[in-house]
Amino acid sequence: MTTTTVRVLLFGRLREEQGWCERLVELPQPVTTVARLQQALDIHCPGLRWAVNQDFATPDQPLHPGDELAFLPPITGG
Amino acid sequence: MFCNLSRGIGGNLGAESSHTANDELLSAVFAMLPPDTSTVTLSQDEVARFSRHLILPEIGMEGQKRLRASRVLCVGTGGLGSPLLLYLAAAGVGRIGIVDFDVVDHSNLQRQVIHGTSWVGRPKIASAKHRIQEINPHCQVDLHDTALSAENALRIMEPYDLVCDGTDNFPTRYLVNDACVLLKKPNVYGSIFRFEGQATVFNLDDGPNYRDLYPEPPPPGLVPSCAEGGVMGVLPGLIGLIQATEAIKLITGIGRSLSGRLLLFNSLEMTFRELKLRPNPERPRITGLIDYQQFCGVPGSSPGQEEAGAVESITVQELKALLDQRGKDVVLLDVRTPQEAEIARISGAELVPLNTIESGAAVEAVRAMATGRRLYVHCKMGGRSAKAVLALRRFGVEGVNVEGGIDAWTAEIDPSLNRY
Repeated sequence: MTTTTVRVLLFGRLREEQGWCERLVELPQPVTTVARLQQALDIHCPGLRWAVNQDFATPDQPLHPGDELAFLPPITGG
Repeated sequence: MFCNLSRGIGGNLGAESSHTANDELLSAVFAMLPPDTSTVTLSQDEVARFSRHLILPEIGMEGQKRLRASRVLCVGTGGLGSPLLLYLAAAGVGRIGIVDFDVVDHSNLQRQVIHGTSWVGRPKIASAKHRIQEINPHCQVDLHDTALSAENALRIMEPYDLVCDGTDNFPTRYLVNDACVLLKKPNVYGSIFRFEGQATVFNLDDGPNYRDLYPEPPPPGLVPSCAEGGVMGVLPGLIGLIQATEAIKLITGIGRSLSGRLLLFNSLEMTFRELKLRPNPERPRITGLIDYQQFCGVPGSSPGQEEAGAVESITVQELKALLDQRGKDVVLLDVRTPQEAEIARISGAELVPLNTIESGAAVEAVRAMATGRRLYVHCKMGGRSAKAVLALRRFGVEGVNVEGGIDAWTAEIDPSLNRY
């Protein structure tokens, strides 16, 4: 991993819609938040949750090179 | 609460606890894990049956007695509930409550392994009880033949030490969560989607609960169920067994629970990941049960139901008459997926999946097909086709929805088609 990327993980329907589940994404500079990266990736999903470095996060959380960002759509099957 | 009071607080003595004596007494009134074993004895048959547990230092005689003394409620006897119930009964849980109102359907058998083919059409709870008693006749089984509701949840859940959430919808999950919070009971959670699952333990001591994972329900109809999205049959087996493992650990008081950790499983990648889950300090306090249907959306709404009321529609009988009399003037559009079309098709229907209409990609092709002819649109049940009619209208193409979709067509017009 280079120092200017974040690792992005997709779950549930996002994995199917985007056609990938894990990818290194170049981080737009200088300051990027969870919400801005989501916009850049064109991800739309009601009820979405986010986790940065395996910890739940809010959309306004800043991202840093080397971070891992996970997008988690709600699931409820049983 | 009386049934717990008589058990005293002795069962908590071995457990780590930073609570004051008062808190301890309170938690003993509500739930007691590990359970009190002072009056429990195992018969010779039980000793033989559970010998592989008994020789484990972590479980041993005390752990097995805790299982015998424990009372577990399982909400739902579907994909998650099946493995949960089978293994909790086999492990020696003394009393198991089951909540479900559904009957066994052929489409359940691919994953709901507690139910056998001969039980199709009969109540799931009766099927589950029959199987549990075959596995472990020492297990007392309580049947709750009802949908869990804000009116009955506290009464049903109160006698149990912990609750396993094997439901399949957001309203019931919020209900199970809130009732567990009010009753101070751990909620062993699992949830699945196609090839992925998640599991954790909610409401253990001061740990997070379901509202820390999902503060707000998503809009109704946007998260597909197993019936709509499909699910790999072994997936709920794996997730349900993680739930059963956590339940057994909580009862016997061993190991480190999943409380505070959301376990994410992907069966295609065969990966397990973990996310830290913390109680949100800003989460509103749960002080009582609410109307969960209203909280999660329109009462009884299913995907496309709202759209179906907003578009012109015909019945499958009317469609049949039209196709017979004026077939050349009619275009029948099938907006299901190619996978569904492979299971069953209405002869002459043109397959154009809904996502290609909503994205606009297929709209010009549909417009060309419909020029000079009347457009009818069907899916499986009539929900997605209503969405397709609305999407086409935005592009200036008018169509009519087929009520009940290919499912109604198979039931009323052509029973030779596969039903799914």
